[in-house]
Amino acid sequence: MIEMRDVGFGYHGEADLLSGMTLTLQPGMFHFLTGPSGSGKTTLLRLCYADLLPRSGQMTAFGHDMQTLDRDGIALLRRRVGVVHQDPQFLDHLPLAENVALPMTVSGEPVDMEALRDLLGWVQLSQHARALPPSLSGGERQRAALARAVILSPDLVLADEPTGNLDWEMSMRLLQLLIELNKSGKTVLVATHDLNLIRAAKAQVSARVLRISGGRLQLAGADL
Amino acid sequence: MRRKRVMPPVLTGLVRELIGSEGGKGDRIVPPTGFTAQLTLFSAGAMAFLAVFALSLALATGRLADRWSSELAGSVTVRVSAPAAQLDARVQSVLTILQTTPGAGQARRLPQDEVAALLEPWFGPDMPVDALPVPALIDLPVSGRDFDPEGLALRLEAEVPGAVLDDHSTWRRPLVSAAQRLRVLGMVSLLLIGAASAAMITLAAKAALAANGQVIRVLRLIGARDITIATAFVRRFTRRAAVGASVGTLAGMAAVAMLPDTSAAGGFLTGLGFQGWGWLLPLLIPVAAAGVGFVATRWAALKMLEAVR
Repeated sequence: MIEMRDVGFGYHGEADLLSGMTLTLQPGMFHFLTGPSGSGKTTLLRLCYADLLPRSGQMTAFGHDMQTLDRDGIALLRRRVGVVHQDPQFLDHLPLAENVALPMTVSGEPVDMEALRDLLGWVQLSQHARALPPSLSGGERQRAALARAVILSPDLVLADEPTGNLDWEMSMRLLQLLIELNKSGKTVLVATHDLNLIRAAKAQVSARVLRISGGRLQLAGADL
Repeated sequence: MRRKRVMPPVLTGLVRELIGSEGGKGDRIVPPTGFTAQLTLFSAGAMAFLAVFALSLALATGRLADRWSSELAGSVTVRVSAPAAQLDARVQSVLTILQTTPGAGQARRLPQDEVAALLEPWFGPDMPVDALPVPALIDLPVSGRDFDPEGLALRLEAEVPGAVLDDHSTWRRPLVSAAQRLRVLGMVSLLLIGAASAAMITLAAKAALAANGQVIRVLRLIGARDITIATAFVRRFTRRAAVGASVGTLAGMAAVAMLPDTSAAGGFLTGLGFQGWGWLLPLLIPVAAAGVGFVATRWAALKMLEAVR
């Protein structure tokens, strides 16, 4: 799915933030990526959806070399990788339902209204279908972003600190949705520094926990 | 994963932008942009209005150059000066020579009333031309390519004292040259108007794109191809350019139609209107404006999108 071999990355003019990254995201697995703030969790996720390019090493997505992807190739990759950010952005002039259906709209696929209703029901946002994004709460925005991320039935779902702005109850609701996704066969990678969230997930699903430390990736121990 | 980029033919794309439904899903991904919409409409309308006049000028001066060139080259004038007692005899001598001149048509001495009409702009009406030592004027149509004005001038000079051939070239050349330059200026004006329109539409499109940076980032993040995003902007600007230019063109055509016609006043400026099928030519201006809008916006959009990964 996503494979990194000895990948290094540093922002322009700076030393490598990540180095020697070797990682294979296994299909159907639930992954957590943890580490202190500024350790490079978000950067690693951005590498996974080709928002950044590695400075060194090799990286492939679905068998394609990510360093040679053209712009259309990147767009097609992102249709197979759903992304949920800590502060998800929407098109504020469109109602929630249209925002959720946006990946289908831009990929030219007909929107199945029934499937869209089901999806909004799954994230418990049916009653907000016509609401504009600025009127939604943080938790609602996160669930809307998750719905948008999965509407094209991607192979991989990336979530970057998805519960960072949510209270515990709302975090658990979002976690449940991610676990359901994983149980339906999707590969999930969640970047978080919230160890309680990881523990709560591991109680329900077999999850692989990766930790970034000193710019390198480690498999976290059983302490989690 | 990698897909070959397929660039639709420009014309096909242009037609699709114009006839595609406004407000469709593709368009809705871009928020309404009030100011840039008005700016594009206004600039396209104003430029089309000016383009109608530039086109009219180019066509009129073209016609003028052709007419002056062909009409004046189609005849020459022989001026015969002599004492009154000898004038008729010399005119007859000239006419005799002209009858045997290769390429010359039927020569005709201008009657006094026509000479008086020629002098009227300078001396006013009711001028007693008979009282003036006005030379006799002979109009000679040129009917063949073998007409040799220089040879005829030499022969007249040798055989009929006071007879001078005027082939109009002295004043014809600068007039034709001026008309031709005016035609070129008209064409250059059209090109400048097109370039200025493209610049303005590009600026408006860039402003709209810059104002929608977040929209573009979101669209890229969810897998929108550049061409999909660009098309949403291109469609809007193409339509606005076409609509604005249509209004401007119709207004320009109405203004040209209201110019005095040639027969009413005569003179150069009254010939500025379109003639016959020429009235159809301004209708190409909205099509050209739509093309300019399409190309300018597409270029601006794709260029700006390169900055967003």
